[in-house]
Amino acid sequence: MVTFKDFRNNVKPNWCPGCGDFSVQAAIQRASANVGLIPEELAVISGIGCSGRISGYINSYGFHSIHGRALPLAQGVKMANRELTVIASGGDGDGFAIGLGHTIHAIRRNIDITYIVMDNQIYGLTKGQTSPRSAAGFKTKSTPQGSIEPSLAPMEMALTAGGTFVAQSFSTDLKELTALIEAGLKHKGFSLINVFSPCVTYNKVNTYDWFKENLTKLSDIEGYDPHNREQAMSTLMQHDGLVTGLIYQNTEQPSYQELVTGYKKEALSKQDLGMDQEDFDRLVKEFM
Amino acid sequence: MISQLSWKVGGQQGEGIESTGEIFSMAMNRLGYYLYGYRHFSSRIKGGHTNNKIRVSTKQIRSVSDDLDILVAFDQETIDVNYQELHNNGIIIADAKFKPVNPDDSRAGLYIVPFTEAAAELGTSLMKNMVAVGATCVIMNLPISVFRDVVEEIFGRKGAMVVEKNMEAIQKGYELMTELLGDKAGSLELDQADGKQRMFMIGNDAIALGALAGGARFMPAYPITPASEIMEYLIKKLPAVGGTVIQTEDEIAAATMAIGSNYAGVRALTASAGPGLSLMMEAIGLSGMTEQPLVIVDTQRGGPSTGLPTKQEQSDLMQMIYGTHGEIPKIVLAPSTAEEAFYDTIEAFNLAEEYQCPVIILSDLQLSLGKQTVEPLDHSKINIKRGKLVKNEQELAELESKEYFKRYEVTEDGISPRVLPGTKNGIHHVTGVEHDETGKPSESALNRQMQMDKRMRKLDSVKLSNAIDAANALHEEADLLLVGFNSTRGVLEEALTRLEEEGLKVNHAHVRLLHPFPTGELSPLMEKAKHVAVVEHNATGQLASIIKMNVGMPQKIHSVKKYDGNPFLPHEIHTICKELV
Repeated sequence: MVTFKDFRNNVKPNWCPGCGDFSVQAAIQRASANVGLIPEELAVISGIGCSGRISGYINSYGFHSIHGRALPLAQGVKMANRELTVIASGGDGDGFAIGLGHTIHAIRRNIDITYIVMDNQIYGLTKGQTSPRSAAGFKTKSTPQGSIEPSLAPMEMALTAGGTFVAQSFSTDLKELTALIEAGLKHKGFSLINVFSPCVTYNKVNTYDWFKENLTKLSDIEGYDPHNREQAMSTLMQHDGLVTGLIYQNTEQPSYQELVTGYKKEALSKQDLGMDQEDFDRLVKEFM
Repeated sequence: MISQLSWKVGGQQGEGIESTGEIFSMAMNRLGYYLYGYRHFSSRIKGGHTNNKIRVSTKQIRSVSDDLDILVAFDQETIDVNYQELHNNGIIIADAKFKPVNPDDSRAGLYIVPFTEAAAELGTSLMKNMVAVGATCVIMNLPISVFRDVVEEIFGRKGAMVVEKNMEAIQKGYELMTELLGDKAGSLELDQADGKQRMFMIGNDAIALGALAGGARFMPAYPITPASEIMEYLIKKLPAVGGTVIQTEDEIAAATMAIGSNYAGVRALTASAGPGLSLMMEAIGLSGMTEQPLVIVDTQRGGPSTGLPTKQEQSDLMQMIYGTHGEIPKIVLAPSTAEEAFYDTIEAFNLAEEYQCPVIILSDLQLSLGKQTVEPLDHSKINIKRGKLVKNEQELAELESKEYFKRYEVTEDGISPRVLPGTKNGIHHVTGVEHDETGKPSESALNRQMQMDKRMRKLDSVKLSNAIDAANALHEEADLLLVGFNSTRGVLEEALTRLEEEGLKVNHAHVRLLHPFPTGELSPLMEKAKHVAVVEHNATGQLASIIKMNVGMPQKIHSVKKYDGNPFLPHEIHTICKELV
């Protein structure tokens, strides 16, 4: 039987000791085993940044792409071979700054992939500049007087973009995070999981302690219904986005693949490339 | 009787100018004439002058003619803008509605026909273009029956009544013009055509059909002039073979999605023009570095920036060859006709998989949108080659626990075996970071050099059967060698004929493979010539520079350039070359 250990490879991550990304890596490995995947059936597509390295730290097919472009690449993989399980991942800079356009459209398009964002509210790999997730007033190397821009609200944004699976977690809560990734992998459509994954080197504000103090678990809110979009939105606004758990899921909306005309159940990559003479002649005749 | 003529219809954009040209040319095509159509249009939907010039001939032609025989005008601007093209026996047929004026009686006769009024009397003024078609028949001595098939095909869905009304409109135009033209009727009668059935298509149709026949099953793309027809054709045809088109949020998504699809084993392409290609540059570098196949069509248009989006230019050459940071192997093909565009597109997919690198199909607006006659395409020439793709997972050796497959194995030809995600014993990593043979990041100096050399070495074996098309370079010693690429083939062929008629020995070499540059093929042709004229649609002589860099002989090279947005005309090349020699 495949276990999470089968998804480990022999590469040592270059993350700083204590980085939240280690837990995200472990959660992906556990969730993949829990849903019954075998390593060659999984493709992890990542962007650029500390977190973008994750595709190289999981024993599966992996593609470390370019900054901000993991999502379109991952969607291309899934369109080509719908039998693969595709995880896209990267940081908040990747998904909410340079790649934000792709994020919104991937949410809207609803291709069946799982997107895991490691959100540390800072640029780590470039050694400490502001991120669209940094709070107003946050001092960094690029905002020495404190950021004068407000922070982006990705969960609210995902809801308004038509997200069918919107979730948030905290890297220390391995149990909740693993369960959410499993649910995301099983979800028929695009699943977005934003993970608070503290940067222990450059972010001295949004620390593990800070999150512990400020996060609210949705499971602790009485009567919270993750199928109620209106409630999801108001809850996010009440808590300034600082909630964890499954925020919203729409199980009614079919995935993109289900709606494509002529798209077969069998992987496109396994279908014949040839065209017989008769079909070809018919196409030629259309130009006569 | 004449062997060729040029017919042009013009008016305000959005009033049916395109369909008038379409009906006329479809009928001519079915009679077996060779056609070449070029549209003048603006970057707007309604309003603004537009025209469609169609050349009809009993022989293959692939350029816009110097002059004009028949001008069909739906507004005064059409006459004012185009009358200078008319030769002395030319004929203007104009709609009485706008009270047309002939600026120069000595040039061409003006015949005023109540297109709109006659159409309105038959039921709807929309049929004014049919009245104009009928009027054209009189000048060319064509029976109106040659239009019946086409009218039935276009209007058949709307019922027999609509078909008959349109035929009546043609008949009406025929009658009105017969009265007006008197003994000049039939003055521009063409020699009979051979009646052979051929295709009539724009270059973009040929590229799209080539993609479909060449096994492409996915196209992520963002609309842009003059490339959109490719995605529009494929969205109609791909579902039947299980594939699809996604209109992406931008060109960056289009290129990276295509990489993802190719990585996972599906032949995918995207198509754009200069601005889109600029956005794709980082993705092209990723394809080169990670050795993923990628096919991109660049339909060049007037640059820089938004430039002249609906006009002819060939100024993306340098960008296509050199435009990504760092150094990657890349192949740039440049078809010169719709037929070549079809076969080159199939070849592009083969090359992309065989060499595991980006392949650019370079086109230009004139090739992409110019409509030309194509001999029926040959199914037996479609050959799909997938290079070192491991198709059967039994071929793979069992991997030791946690070991990765050597996707970037250093080989003699630089090309490594490729496995698709989903394959047992094929797990490997892919990254745009410099990597070792298994795809794991590596900064080792030795590894860097080995991987860089391996990637670049792949191009050493790129061979194309006709990288330089020298079918028209038969002189052992020539006064002049004409060199061009993409759509200038036709205009160079015509200029060559004229120069030869004047006693010069002229060779013509058309560059079909721009990168890696076929120096060995072009060099001997340049040796044989006293002068070399490199003809191109840009301001800086990009092809001339590339030739100087690769072949040398700078003292022989004359750069012939045009960048006003309009295609070269045969007389322009003819005149310039006469002065050169």
